This record gives sequence, structure tokens and C-alpha cells, in this order.
Amino acid sequence: MLERAHILVCGGTGCTSGNSNKIYSEFQTRLKEQGLDKEVKLIMTGCFGLCARGPIVVVYPEGTFYQHVKPEDVAEIVGEHILKGRPVERLLHSEKEEDGSLKAINETDFYKRQKRVVLRNCGIINPESIDEYLAYDGYKAYEKVVTEMTPQGVIDEIKKSGLRGRGGGGFSTGMKWQFAHDSVSDVKYVVCNADEGDPGAFMDRSLLEGDPHAVIEAMMIAGYAIGARQGYIYVRAEYPIAVQRLEIAIGQAREYGILGKNIMGLGHDFDIELRLGAGAFVCGEETALLNSTEGKRGEPRQRPPFPAVKGLFEKPTLINNVETYGNITQIILNGADWFASMGTEKSKGTKVFALGGKINNTGLVEIPMGTTLRTIIEEIGGGIPHGKKFKAAQTGGPSGGCIPAQLIDTKIDYDNLIAIGSMMGSGGLIVMDEDNCMVDIAKFFLEFTVDESCGKCTPCRIGNKRLYEMLDAVTKGKATMEDLDKMEQLCYYIKENSLCGLGQTAPNPVLSTLKYFRDEYVEHVKNKRCPAGVCKALVSYKINPDACIGCGLCKRNCPVGAISGDIKQPHVIDASKCIKCGACVQACRKNAIVK
Amino acid sequence: MKTLAELQAIRDRMKSQMASRGTADGSDIKIVVGMATCGIAAGARPVLNAIVEEVENRKLTNVKVTQTGCIGMCKLEPLVDVIMPGKEKVTYVHVTPEKARRIVAGHVVNGNVVTEYTVDGEKA
Repeated sequence: MLERAHILVCGGTGCTSGNSNKIYSEFQTRLKEQGLDKEVKLIMTGCFGLCARGPIVVVYPEGTFYQHVKPEDVAEIVGEHILKGRPVERLLHSEKEEDGSLKAINETDFYKRQKRVVLRNCGIINPESIDEYLAYDGYKAYEKVVTEMTPQGVIDEIKKSGLRGRGGGGFSTGMKWQFAHDSVSDVKYVVCNADEGDPGAFMDRSLLEGDPHAVIEAMMIAGYAIGARQGYIYVRAEYPIAVQRLEIAIGQAREYGILGKNIMGLGHDFDIELRLGAGAFVCGEETALLNSTEGKRGEPRQRPPFPAVKGLFEKPTLINNVETYGNITQIILNGADWFASMGTEKSKGTKVFALGGKINNTGLVEIPMGTTLRTIIEEIGGGIPHGKKFKAAQTGGPSGGCIPAQLIDTKIDYDNLIAIGSMMGSGGLIVMDEDNCMVDIAKFFLEFTVDESCGKCTPCRIGNKRLYEMLDAVTKGKATMEDLDKMEQLCYYIKENSLCGLGQTAPNPVLSTLKYFRDEYVEHVKNKRCPAGVCKALVSYKINPDACIGCGLCKRNCPVGAISGDIKQPHVIDASKCIKCGACVQACRKNAIVK
Repeated sequence: MKTLAELQAIRDRMKSQMASRGTADGSDIKIVVGMATCGIAAGARPVLNAIVEEVENRKLTNVKVTQTGCIGMCKLEPLVDVIMPGKEKVTYVHVTPEKARRIVAGHVVNGNVVTEYTVDGEKA
């Protein structure tokens, strides 16, 4: 029987850690209890994108959007909304229209400005059901290329669309396919890079969790286009839900004869295997990934030869990122012209960003290329919490750079970001406000790359370590002005001489903060002061005697007994005992404690 | 192995099952059943089920069936509203599963309001 309502519970990683599994089973119990389990369909989907409001539950056909749902709220949703048709107002995220009626999910500010191409099925279908994927034209693009197009025709279509690699570099996807196609060999491979490692990035994870079949279908199309019969998906073992759903999806596809020999009776063979990465950041670099897939140590290889010529097991290999594959079926089904109508002159289509840091709507957004940073942060992202001022945004993770507040109207595309000293990267977008110290941010990212450097080449292994030590000295007020110049020189040296993308981009956060926030570095060096009050070594806490009312709250909250004073008399902090934990600042009701 | 035709059959079957998950774009016909305590007591559940069944049997993909709460005319329950895009809402009263099927066939499919089941029709 047709179900009159569909309840969608988010099963992305964010909402799962918010207990959405429990919510799902609670719905099962309650629906059965009310005798509604036959008329209402309950499914678990991939990520809806608005992770800050998770766990999320959406009820169709109305498209009612519930946020911060707890297992104990389920009985009320079932009893009121599903049975009686009265939405539970206190849990609604859905904004209201002027006439008081509820806006459907797609009408809210968060979704309205987005354009969902890659994430079209995320939060709509059940990722563990191949039938639901089929319902949204699943595996139709594959059918189309095998029955109607030549391999070269497929490649020409991808080239015409202007699609560029979404993993960071932004190389033309069509060209990459052409190179792999043109390499002559009896065996070729198609590889999917799902080793997403940038801190704060979860675009690929969400796509794999929410719509795994889309990636599988795109790899099959790539296999047909370049002449490969075997594919590998290299995915991080730290993504257990993504791995599990991929395994289910591959199993279902094999069962339907969509993977394997003589697919759909059309005469083309293709199969996919998973390879689990052990969490080394460098394995996201394509040649290191190939080594790791072969079972070798995850170290980058010298290029050329490029993977398209000599890749996996020394055979020609096409390697693309998850999100790049996510676009393929849509280009085939809707045409290259449709795809190229979105975006800017040299960056076509959309881009998925993982919004994080100091922003209200933490989550996943997909926007057409060329959208301004201001739109992303202020309209879709809902602005900065607590009315603080926007200071900068970091794109491209540890390989990227920061975009300062004065460039907030920059249109986001590959070339504009490079022009201002950052890069698209895989799509992490970390927002910073006035309380962030830019030197500290640069240090954070550099610490990450130092940790993740594989050690194969010297500029990266030793250069970044030395660079980190200099940054550390700045944050402790022990650096000189000459050190700043030396740092800049070292940055360029590392960029020019490193073997792979990790080293070549590692100094970017330092360079871009030096470019846009040099005054902050100078303040640390010359005046031994951290303007944002983050670098502990440079902060000292004092009590303003005029504001202190002598209530004793700070004294009681100090964990090391550094505060003394009599009741109703101004208190004082003993700087030699103070550990700068900030507990007194939190406790004081009169804002009498200053950094 | 599934053939192309078998895959297409799955697509078609699933498409009609999942039709309600797309969001309303204004061109959809809405059928709203009063499902407050008064409606349920008067027999709104079988009515709702009959409508859903009829919509499925007729493969009406542009119809959304939803419920609503009490609108105050409890003695006329079960109440069913049919809202065709661009037209005034029509309210049917004292609906039974049989009447509901006729409403779907007459009003939703063919666009003819079943006047004898409306508030005014009952009075006459």
C-alpha cells in the first residue's frame, strides 16, 4: 500500500552521534503502538546539511523540518503530527510564512540559496536501498552512455561541461579522462579518492553516506569511457558509516547485475572493491593513495609519470575525488550545457562546502560557483554567533589560506581563490571571528601538516618543522622581526622544493596570514601582545579595581588560589601563580577581569 | 541479473511510492483530512486510508494527502478539504470511505466538485 507520509531521520555522522539511531527505533516502536506502521514509511537518510540543528527529522508530504529531536520527543511527533496532523511547534525549524503557515524545508533561508546537484539525493533517499536510488533516475546515466554514446563521446561531454576536479587542484576532469583513455593498455583502473582528511571537512563523507550509488554509477561510466573493468574506492577507515553503506551499495548493485560481468546485458564488465585507509593525511595525495591501495607504504611517487600513464599496479589509472564523481551522472543526464550554465566563466557547476568554526549554521552547503563569501556566511550560514565580528575564513584546510574580512565579497571559484592567496581545496570552510588569533590558526594548521608529513622529502619533513618552531616562538613572544622575514623565505623554499602537494601547500596558511594579518604577527613580536588574547604566554589577567565589587566569585573559582582579597574590597591576581585558564573571567559578573 | 526493462519497472514502481517526498511546488493538488480527536472518533482513519489507496490505484503523482487538526465543526466530521491549485478550497463533510473514493474520482481526477457532499450540498 502507498504510504501517506514519509518520516526521514537523518543518519549522517553528525546526527548519528546525536543519537539518531535511538530516535529511529523509537519511531518504529511508537508507529507500531499507534497502528500506523503500515501507512507511514520510516527511513534513515544521509546528511541534510544543517548539522548544527541535529538530530534532524523531516516529515513529508508537508516537508516539516524538526530540529534537535530527542528520543523522548518521538512519542509527541507520532501522536500529534502523524496521527492528528498537528506539527509539534516547539521542535520546528521551519520558518513561518507571513500568513502563519509553515514553510517547507526547501523554502527556509538555509536551503533556498543553495543549488543541490551533487547532494541532490542526500536527505531524500534511503542510502541503503538501491530501489530508492533507481527511483531518482538511478543507473539511467550508465544505461545512456553504454547504449547511446561512444567512450570518446562521453569524454567530450565531460570536457564540454567544464567540470574541474573537486579534490583541490581543480584540474579539468575531461582532460584527465582523455589522458587515461589515450593510454594504451589491456588493463586500466578507475579509482575514487575518498580519503578526505582536511580538518573540518566532511563533504565526501556525507555524499558517500547519503548517496553511495551515485559514486558507483559515475565510476562505472568512467570505466566505460577509459576502458577499465575494475574500480577501487579508497576510503578512510575512520568513516565507518560511509564504509558500511558503500559495502551495502556494492552488494546490492552486484545482486542486480549492475556490477560484475555483462552489466544489464549490455556487454560491459565492471566491478568495484573497497580499500580502507588507515588515516594518513598524505594518502589523500593521489600517488601516495595508489601506493597505499597496492598495499605499500603511503608515500607519494615522483610525477611524471602521471597516474593516467602509469598508476595503480603500474597500469593507466583514472583517479578522481568523490565529489567530482558526484557530478558525472547529472552531466550525462542533463547535458554538458545545463552544467556549464551554472557557475563562472572558468569554474562551472556547484561546490559543496563544509561550514565550520564560528558560524551559526554549521553544516554542509552546496552553492553555484561564483557565490560570494558574504552570501555563504551571512545568508546561508546565518552569521557569526553572539553578534561577534567576522574576521576571516579559511578555505582549503591546511593547504589553503585565509580570506580576510575585507575580501568577503569575493566570488568563490577556483581562480579567484588562488588570486587572493588561498585555494578551493576540497571544500572545508572554517569561519573565524574577532576572538581568533591568526598566528595561532596558522600554527594549528602547520602543526597538523608537520604531524602528517610522510618524511620522504627533506623540505617538507624538516622545513615545516623549523617553520613550526618559528611560529611557536612568535606565539610566545620570543621571535624577532628578522624571524618574520626568514619565515616567509622558508615558506617559499618549502613550496618550491617539496615532492608532493602536501609539502607544496603546507606553508599556505602561514603565507596568507602573514599577508593579510601581518600587524598581528608584529604585535606579537614587538609588543609581546596577542591582540585576540589567545596565545597564553602573552596574556596576563588583571582585575580592574574600579569595577571589582569584591564579591569573591573569582577567588572561589580559581583552581590554583592565585586570587586574594577581602570581601567587598577589590581583589588582585598573583601573576606568578596564575595559569591563565580564564575561569575567573567566566565567573565574574561585573566584567572586572581584563586580559 | 536484472534487464533494462526490469530496472525500469523498479524505477516506475518506486517513483510513485516516493512521490510524496518531493516538496510541493504549487502545482500539486492537496487533500486534507481532519484528524483531530473528533475526526478520528467519527471515522477519519478509514477515510484517510481509502483516499491514499485510491490515489495509489489511480497513480496520481501530483496529489499530496495530509492531515490537519480540529477546525471547530466537530459535528460535521469526518471533514475532507480538496485544494486544487489556483482554486478555492472545497470542504466535504460527513465523509465515509465510499464518499472519499467518489471525491477522488469526481473532483480530484475530473475536476467536478461533488456538491452533494459539501456543507451547502448537505443542507439542501
